[in-house]
Amino acid sequence: MFDFSTITTAIDQFLHSVLPSQAALLVECILVALCAVLAYVMLAIVMIFMERKVCAAFQCRLGPMRVGPWGLLQVFADVFKMLIKEIISIKNSDKVLYNLAPYLVVMSSVLTFSCLPFAKGLQVLDFNIGVFFIMAASSFGVLGILLAGWSSNNKYSMIGAVRSGAQMISYELSIGLCILSIVALSGTMQISELVAAQADGWFIFRGHIPAFVAFIIYLIAGNAETNRAPFDLPEAESELTAGFHTEYSGMHFGFFYVAEFMNLFIVAGIASTLFLGGWTPLHISGFDSFNTIMDYIPGVVWFLGKTFFVIWLLMWVRWTFPRLRIDQVVSLEWKYLVPIGLLNLLIMTLCVVMGWTF
Amino acid sequence: MEFSTNLLIFSGLALLMIAAAMAAVTTSRIMRAVTYLLFVLFGTAGLYFMLHYTFLGAIQIIVYAGGIVVLFIFAALLIGKGTIDITHTSKLRYLAGLATSFSGLGIALYLIRNTNFVAEKFSSSDIPMKTVGTALMSTGKHNYVLTFEVLSILLLACMVGAIMIARKK
Repeated sequence: MFDFSTITTAIDQFLHSVLPSQAALLVECILVALCAVLAYVMLAIVMIFMERKVCAAFQCRLGPMRVGPWGLLQVFADVFKMLIKEIISIKNSDKVLYNLAPYLVVMSSVLTFSCLPFAKGLQVLDFNIGVFFIMAASSFGVLGILLAGWSSNNKYSMIGAVRSGAQMISYELSIGLCILSIVALSGTMQISELVAAQADGWFIFRGHIPAFVAFIIYLIAGNAETNRAPFDLPEAESELTAGFHTEYSGMHFGFFYVAEFMNLFIVAGIASTLFLGGWTPLHISGFDSFNTIMDYIPGVVWFLGKTFFVIWLLMWVRWTFPRLRIDQVVSLEWKYLVPIGLLNLLIMTLCVVMGWTF
Repeated sequence: MEFSTNLLIFSGLALLMIAAAMAAVTTSRIMRAVTYLLFVLFGTAGLYFMLHYTFLGAIQIIVYAGGIVVLFIFAALLIGKGTIDITHTSKLRYLAGLATSFSGLGIALYLIRNTNFVAEKFSSSDIPMKTVGTALMSTGKHNYVLTFEVLSILLLACMVGAIMIARKK
């Protein structure tokens, strides 16, 4: 496989040769941040387009068709509209928190995004506690939503925010249990090692039944974590106008919107990293020529392919199932997913200890 | 070179923490105080990451930012807007608060001046997860399994208590 760290070390050496080391470090930080945010925004645009087309396909429509060929420029037009809209300020709202909340949500989302391994060596943050840091970084996104709902001084926002708080804090537990069972299987938390350990077989195959159960629970909990249907109660449009972001306009609303889409990408990206092998190609032991052909496909293509496959699964669910009630959401988590997750973790540990994995 | 970059980042974090801490205690709105406290906690996590205590840093974020602050916000939401009055009404209270904060400052300064910080004690690279896990889960001299178990019993007691209070009669 092509190692992207050859390019990054070359850039690093070049910068160190022309600049003093501190300035080189500063330039590198800015370059990395720029690339990460650019990738974040471009992927968000791709996802919004995909969501519209997939939604249209499930409803037997064509989706956006007017702006550009197959409506390809529609999202760019929407982004431009969003950028030039006025950011209104609400009377009797807490201005500081009202303006801070979208940034908290985006900050949490970008931090998590920068942990994703796009290809070999193409990863911003990679250290010994990788997946645990992902959980930590994604855990304070809910604060932004709570503050947004509270500071808007609006009943609907408030109800949406409290629902979202209850939902996201509950479902974080299931996500943690699923990640823990994969950590038990692999024995490491560093993301690059997690991916490298799957070169001979993805964890969903190597961990067989418990890994598959963890994958399913992860997808359900991940869907709830991103506040998407059938778990979209925090912004249930038919009952709460728009939930926690009712009072937001312009780019502040845009931040919530982009963060929601990118959280979907991140959930799918983590699912593909933990269960479907990240950027590692599909290898079947014994078929050497097949394996060599698979190796020629670059890692970025593998990662994005797997991630968009998982996103497509989640979108399928989103446009097929009706919305749950809040009591159903909470009882699904606490009465079904958490006990199954705990039992699954136990089975996974047993399998690892007894050597019943591939 | 390495030292001065570290110093720069440290000063940034320290300034953020001091400013946020001051803002948290001087603001008169409970929700803003909680949000400023959040930035103090982020700064602390940043310090842990600077010291290569990545596990502790992540714990700091997940427990304090994602847990305790959310809890504070929920508590403030449940109590309601008009019922919390944190403007200083009594002069005695004001003086007691002042005395408490200055004695806290004194203790902190005394400890910093009288502690012998050994540079070699701080690790220069990430501590492997295995070391942390073994230290948390074994029974030797510098290990924490007893603390861990006692804390889990405490948390269990809290949860049982909360269920008892919330249960319908």
